[in-house]
Amino acid sequence: MTDRPLVHAVNVTKSFHHNEVLKGIDLDVEAGQVVCLLGPSGSGKTTFLRCINQLETIDGGRIWVDGDLMGYAERGDKLYRLKDKEIAAQRREIGMVFQRFNLFPHMTAIDNVIEAPVQVKGESKKVARERAQALLDRVGLGDRTAAYPAQLSGGQQQRVAIARALAMQPKLMLFDEPTSALDPELVGEVLAVMRELADDGTTMIVVTHEMSFAREVADTVVFMDAGVVVEAGPPADVIGNPQHQRTKSFLSRLRSEHS
Amino acid sequence: MSEETPAGTTDARPGAIDAVPVRHPGRWVAIAVIAVLVAMLVHLLLTNKAFDWKFVFQAMNQTPVISGFLKGTLLVTVLSMIVGVGGGVLLAVMRLSDNPILSGVSWAFTWFFRSIPRYLLLFTMGTLGVLFPSGVSLGIPFDWKIIEWLGMSGDWRFLTLDANQVFTGLVAGVIGLGLSEAAYMAEIARAGIMSVDKGQAEAAEALGMPKGKAMRRVVLPQAMRVIVPPTGNETIAMLKDTSLLLAVPVIGELFYQLQSIGSTYYKTFPIAVAATLYYLLATSVLMVGQYFLERHFGKGFGTTAPRAARPAGAGGA
Repeated sequence: MTDRPLVHAVNVTKSFHHNEVLKGIDLDVEAGQVVCLLGPSGSGKTTFLRCINQLETIDGGRIWVDGDLMGYAERGDKLYRLKDKEIAAQRREIGMVFQRFNLFPHMTAIDNVIEAPVQVKGESKKVARERAQALLDRVGLGDRTAAYPAQLSGGQQQRVAIARALAMQPKLMLFDEPTSALDPELVGEVLAVMRELADDGTTMIVVTHEMSFAREVADTVVFMDAGVVVEAGPPADVIGNPQHQRTKSFLSRLRSEHS
Repeated sequence: MSEETPAGTTDARPGAIDAVPVRHPGRWVAIAVIAVLVAMLVHLLLTNKAFDWKFVFQAMNQTPVISGFLKGTLLVTVLSMIVGVGGGVLLAVMRLSDNPILSGVSWAFTWFFRSIPRYLLLFTMGTLGVLFPSGVSLGIPFDWKIIEWLGMSGDWRFLTLDANQVFTGLVAGVIGLGLSEAAYMAEIARAGIMSVDKGQAEAAEALGMPKGKAMRRVVLPQAMRVIVPPTGNETIAMLKDTSLLLAVPVIGELFYQLQSIGSTYYKTFPIAVAATLYYLLATSVLMVGQYFLERHFGKGFGTTAPRAARPAGAGGA
């Protein structure tokens, strides 16, 4: 296990009230890779993403991120649940972007971005501000730093949310349907930022319905349905030449909706 | 698309609207009725001898009345609300915690203190000294038992206060009113915390904030928007409930001081007017304070911040 992937998930299971939504998910993500999770709603892809940074606790299996077992310490053959503070420390290494942005509405754009570096990492405001300005420049919002979220369009809010996650300099970025709550004409600006991140070598796991993004940007596409991974591989195989009936019917349904 | 009218017709495209507004005859009737009533009221206030304005202002100017207003009314309101708001937020966080003991304790506290009339509670506070004839001490709990087991003598107390000194006067009043207020504030704070979208705490935790910090930095500031208006209500109610301090008994309080002047001079009505004026004044000041608090906690919610124009063509990063 010297060359372990950055994300190493084995046999992950999760139930909500006796309803098993994840039935043994395996997933490896190498550093610098972009993985897109596709699948119909209710397939468990968002739940799996939330399990990686422990917004949901898993019932079975193990998830390692950069060699750290998520949520537990393993001593001997026993697992010990980590404390709240230790879980918070693990999450610092993982950035997350939500479908509904979840920006802090009582803070300006730049205050959203510096909040975690200052409050969690204890960085000085001055240093955090300089980096936040650079990050907001990078997502094309360098001139909107003083705006409150309510004064920004959905696409702009989501770009601030990406900058906020990047401000913690995470090893891994998780995107939970980042464009699903956006008006169609605003989707492009967010995908453009994500493409740029991918080109810079950011490790990303993206739950999305944007087929062209998955086809062009992903190194690996994972198709999930009913809590299992149906097939996984390069986009040319999974999207271009799917082997399973469920993948084929999902993709053809998407195509007919978008044509 | 053009401004020209089609050939053969004369009607232009409709322009600005200049319509006859709806008439409101009822409003004029109401204005007339109200004008007469106001005139009657002013006449009453100026001419009725029972008001005795000179006596009203003299009574308001007495030193014990002013000191009763400042200490018994304003100071007790401020201190009780500090205890009440602080305790209420703490109780609300406890009530919403996963820990069944904390949540149960919070529920029981609210149940107990909401059940007791404030007058009775203040009366009880004034008599609590009887529970602790040897005083209230700060030290190791059950020290006499432990010392007995160990076969030692003496006590492990660092500070002992006479209970009859603690549970008296303004201190008893502030404790009583503060605890009662905390029970009501707990429900207000709980409603405020629950009004904040769950995604906010999730976003904070996803950034690596521990739960407590996410509550302080992200959830509570947003909950304040919902908490402040009913808290303003509570503060104004508290201002008036300080007149219940008499039950403790505390006599250094506005209404009692005015009443004693009134009974001395057999002028009860002007005293009621004087008290009314004081409470009106204090409430008005509190309402101004509430306005500024609401403005502060409304930041980012489009109520006060000037909306900068969105840049045109924001597409493409």
